[in-house]
Amino acid sequence: MAATNTLETPRRKLYWGAVNAVVLIYAFVPVIWIVSLSLKSDGELNNGRYMTTSPTFEAYQQIFSNDDFTRALINSIGICLISTFLALLIGTSAAYAIARLQFPGKKAIVGASLLVAMFPQIALVTPLFSITVAIGIFDTWLGLIIPYITFALPLAIYTLSAFFREIPWELEKAAKMDGATPYQAFRKVIAPLAMPGVFTTAILVFINCWNDFLFALSLTTSTDARTVPAALSYFQGATTFEKPTQAIAAAAVIITIPIVIFVLFFQRRIVAGLTSGAVKG
Amino acid sequence: MSATTTQPGPGRSEAEDEAARIARQRHNEGIRAERRFGLMLCAPAVIVMAAVTAYPIAYAVYLSFMRADLRNPSDREFVGLDNYITILSSPYWWNAFFVTSFITVVGAALQLVLGMALAIVMHRTIVGRGLVRTSALVPYAIVTVVAAFSWRFAWSQGIGWLAGPDSAPLTERWPSLFIILLSEVWKTIPFMALLLMAGLALVPEDLLKAASMDGANAWQRFIKVTVPLMKPAILVALLFRVMDSFRIFDNIFVLTSGANDTSSVSVLAYNNLIRGLNLGIGSAMAVLIFLTIAIVAFVFIKGFGTAAPGADGGR
Repeated sequence: MAATNTLETPRRKLYWGAVNAVVLIYAFVPVIWIVSLSLKSDGELNNGRYMTTSPTFEAYQQIFSNDDFTRALINSIGICLISTFLALLIGTSAAYAIARLQFPGKKAIVGASLLVAMFPQIALVTPLFSITVAIGIFDTWLGLIIPYITFALPLAIYTLSAFFREIPWELEKAAKMDGATPYQAFRKVIAPLAMPGVFTTAILVFINCWNDFLFALSLTTSTDARTVPAALSYFQGATTFEKPTQAIAAAAVIITIPIVIFVLFFQRRIVAGLTSGAVKG
Repeated sequence: MSATTTQPGPGRSEAEDEAARIARQRHNEGIRAERRFGLMLCAPAVIVMAAVTAYPIAYAVYLSFMRADLRNPSDREFVGLDNYITILSSPYWWNAFFVTSFITVVGAALQLVLGMALAIVMHRTIVGRGLVRTSALVPYAIVTVVAAFSWRFAWSQGIGWLAGPDSAPLTERWPSLFIILLSEVWKTIPFMALLLMAGLALVPEDLLKAASMDGANAWQRFIKVTVPLMKPAILVALLFRVMDSFRIFDNIFVLTSGANDTSSVSVLAYNNLIRGLNLGIGSAMAVLIFLTIAIVAFVFIKGFGTAAPGADGGR
């Protein structure tokens, strides 16, 4: 078996190359389409072709000359980064406790976070609106960060505690035997081992925040805190933009770029973490 | 505590007794410290989740028993189960329920199979692994609304590369449903694959090699070794996808706005809450959606033994 594999290495490479090509086609066909659409000129818009033949950056100039869009982009990046950081901070410690420690009320905490994860967010929109208005954080970054953290927490806790269960905890016991406190055991031994899981979770949480449409739309009224997905929905009105199709496509391309950068950045760490044998040392 | 009642036995010295008492005390202190530490670590998460959701959830349940129409705010009164009766006897609700269930069940099955395939490719490929792993995450990274627009434009008459000259699939029910399904599955396969790949990484390579030496082929190794070891990861991923799919909103909203009987239960609830301003009916629908999801999650955890974190305690 091993011998055949070695002999067939070029063929195996070709085989995997073909499989990879299928994955790339799957991932990029709709993406390239929307990029191509964003570059189409008015004359080309209705030819129904996949690729544009005479690309123009008009739609991009249009959306970037619009302060509402650039402001929304800044809001999206700031709000999502802060939310992810805080949700990870809070979620990691809770997940560690849930996966590892014995304490009263653990089941209730897990049940409560499942409840939060399951509740249809549409039903929370009306009451959250009145609460944020009442405490004066309506239409601010904080007004979106707080609900984003809340709805990221169940995902963070659930995913992280699943990861934490797979960690070789004998090491923690060994550290404790060597005189480490529970906190030291967590900080020095387990946290480095848990990093791949934490970074995977960070990606999931950030994308969740970035994706949100409903809260961004209903908990903002001005450009102060409105994020891009919500701003995008205003393109449909076609009042600000003459060519909504290309403008929507261009905005779609722009809000994809920060995510791709983010994923690229963390991807390296995840791959390194998973392949360096840190999990199964 | 019991040390005070224990008399020094004839065969035991004072020193031995003292040592046992200290050891017990240390043990108890250890348990107390662990409890305190556990609660301390969970406190921030609990406080945030309770503060932001407890009141809204209670308020939604309360509204579901009221006649509450924002177009007529003075006419707010307790109507018991009337809202629920209205909904459950409405054909619109049951049609939306069917659409949502169809998308959830068929979608989850497709996502699992294709997600597993993608996870294996990302885990096993010998060329361009970084490229594949990164680009496979692109669909997940794209905002749902954006992906939905891409598919909508692709099938828009005249504009789209997938649209025929005189076909308008997004104006017919079943073609629309399959486009919604495609859009949903395309977008969520990477979520599945990412969680499954993390599970794959935990399958010991030695075990697979041993199975291979025992004459198991690739498929047998996958079914007999990999899948059983990955069961927790698979069930967690499925549970999350099912819970999320059942609330499907953005995709349908962008693709069809629920026209031609393609509304999901969430789109229907949105139309009643935000467009119809009927808070009572909208909230009751939200509660019904929640109950359905709760039952599904219960079946997953009790029926399939999905590992709910903490449900079976630490190891």
